Amino acid sequence: LQLDFWLAPRRLGLPVDIRVPFRSLQAVKAHLEASGVSYSIMIEDVQALLDEEQTEMLRSSRQRSVDTTTFNYEAYHTIDEIYNFMDMLVAENPNLVSKLEIGRSTENRPLYVLKFSTGGTNRPAIWIDTGIHSREWVTQASGVWFAKKIVQDHANNEGVASILETMDIFLEIVTNPDGFAYTHTTNRMWRKTRSRHAGAICVGVDPNRNWDAGFGDAGASGNSCSETYHGPYPNSEPEVKSIVDFVKSHGNIKAFVSIHSYSQLLLYPYGYTETPAPDEQELHELSAKAVAALSSLYGTKFKYGSIITTIYRASGSTVDWTYNQGIKYSFTFELRDTGRYGFLLPAKQIVPTAQETWLALKVIMEHARDNIY
Amino acid sequence: MSPVPCGDALPPPRPLRPRPALPAGGGSGARAMELPPGHFPAARAAAVAVEYLRYLRGGPGSGLRLRELQRARRQDIDDVGHKYYLELELEDVLDKDRTVSCTAEVLYHLGSKTSAPDVQLTVQGELRSTEEADKEFYNRIRSLEKELVAENIPDSHGNVPPELEPIHLLAWVASGYVIWQNSTENTKFHLAQVKHVKQVKRNDEDLQFDFVLLLHEMVSQEVLPWEVTLLWHPQRGARVPQSRAAGAGSS
Repeated sequence: LQLDFWLAPRRLGLPVDIRVPFRSLQAVKAHLEASGVSYSIMIEDVQALLDEEQTEMLRSSRQRSVDTTTFNYEAYHTIDEIYNFMDMLVAENPNLVSKLEIGRSTENRPLYVLKFSTGGTNRPAIWIDTGIHSREWVTQASGVWFAKKIVQDHANNEGVASILETMDIFLEIVTNPDGFAYTHTTNRMWRKTRSRHAGAICVGVDPNRNWDAGFGDAGASGNSCSETYHGPYPNSEPEVKSIVDFVKSHGNIKAFVSIHSYSQLLLYPYGYTETPAPDEQELHELSAKAVAALSSLYGTKFKYGSIITTIYRASGSTVDWTYNQGIKYSFTFELRDTGRYGFLLPAKQIVPTAQETWLALKVIMEHARDNIY
Repeated sequence: MSPVPCGDALPPPRPLRPRPALPAGGGSGARAMELPPGHFPAARAAAVAVEYLRYLRGGPGSGLRLRELQRARRQDIDDVGHKYYLELELEDVLDKDRTVSCTAEVLYHLGSKTSAPDVQLTVQGELRSTEEADKEFYNRIRSLEKELVAENIPDSHGNVPPELEPIHLLAWVASGYVIWQNSTENTKFHLAQVKHVKQVKRNDEDLQFDFVLLLHEMVSQEVLPWEVTLLWHPQRGARVPQSRAAGAGSS
């Protein structure tokens, strides 16, 4: 009968609670009635109750949290929830964190960058962006975790607190908000921006082919329907142009890290040419150190090298442009995993991914701090 | 442990293409050159070998994953194509403590856009037996009153309900076949998501699943829908009688 006693028989006079599988229901009822044992139904349908609880749990993990302490870092969030998180973080740490609007997306969503600074004027700075490709959800989620981590380290005077003594950190968490919103509402696999250009049949430009470094060369597509469409001209995408303008006007960025998923790679320039970057040896050695630090936490294996040798030829990519601007420590990460879940990385892997990636980022940031140029 | 050629353990009714006779030791003066395992050409060939193995040896109770590409060499064979020699370490995603070594040869035919790469594999060591789990799954599905239907495996958040994990692993078998058949040196495919799956009851002893699979191609970054029919039997293994690229993607 497969009866499951939730309150087992103890002695005469005491009640017994039994969960009865559906197929045994008639048999159990018949037996109790024939034996003259009275019963009442406490729960009509246990499965329905479980399903409801499950839905409720999911819903409550997405309920707006009132502070960054109760915020659920182990779940994927919507753009509103992330923007709300940013405001809470600033409100809780006004002396460390500020929010800058560097531009607006095609669909007029604000492009926000968090600035972490302990003072000074235009200090040498580190830039980190996540979510430039909207379907790479573990990256925006990691960006949220990084933001909180920076604040915690500073409060506890450990980790990156020492870096913040002499450098600023800029973090753009939702670098492609239109695409991100689209992954929530319509197409979970959307990668590009949501721009419509004159003469283009399809929507969207690949924001990691739209930069002015080898723009339009092999390694990007001129077809607007392609996932690697470079766009009509460099910086045609406001999401890209706003960063270009920011970097140029800041003038003192020393390390630039653009974060993607998936493949577990740490990449440095170039993607558009086989000519090695002049600093290749230093970047290669720094990558080795960063990857070793990342791996030390959970054993996650990363490969590293230049974009063009390690993954594929790609033109107009972010870090090729930033490197050519003179930002020597320009890196692209491809986070977990290697294809088992790909873009659909289980939410329970968000925090471990962010934690291990942070160790690699710290190696890069510390190197930038200790090797002034 | 004596090496067990993959594919020997299963008597396949599946229509594998006959392999062309390869010149022993490789064609005119072509030596195999060592490739950095961290560079993409070796990684792409390794992916093809793993996908082929998933098709041959995968099932509802096991899913093979590449743990590490240890060594890769490439030989350019005149008038034939490019042949990769690989040394791989594999693990079963359901039994991660156990790893198994595999040597593979992947031959991409010259200039051919229509023929699949030839893959030969030798697995050293034993893969976990899934006889029990396979039988249990087989009986469970056979006894379903309503045909199984499911979609979005994993869902947007990466969730796979435990009772659908075997279906997910069978989707790997199906996508393993499609990926092997459609790979070139310029592609690297992964199964991105099972968009839809429908069981089709049959009069014979096979289980049939009609899948709509989303395949992610790394070089073009396209996510491509494929309609794939998979037949599976616990002893006889898997067969893909038909597969086709589905209609164009969304805006």
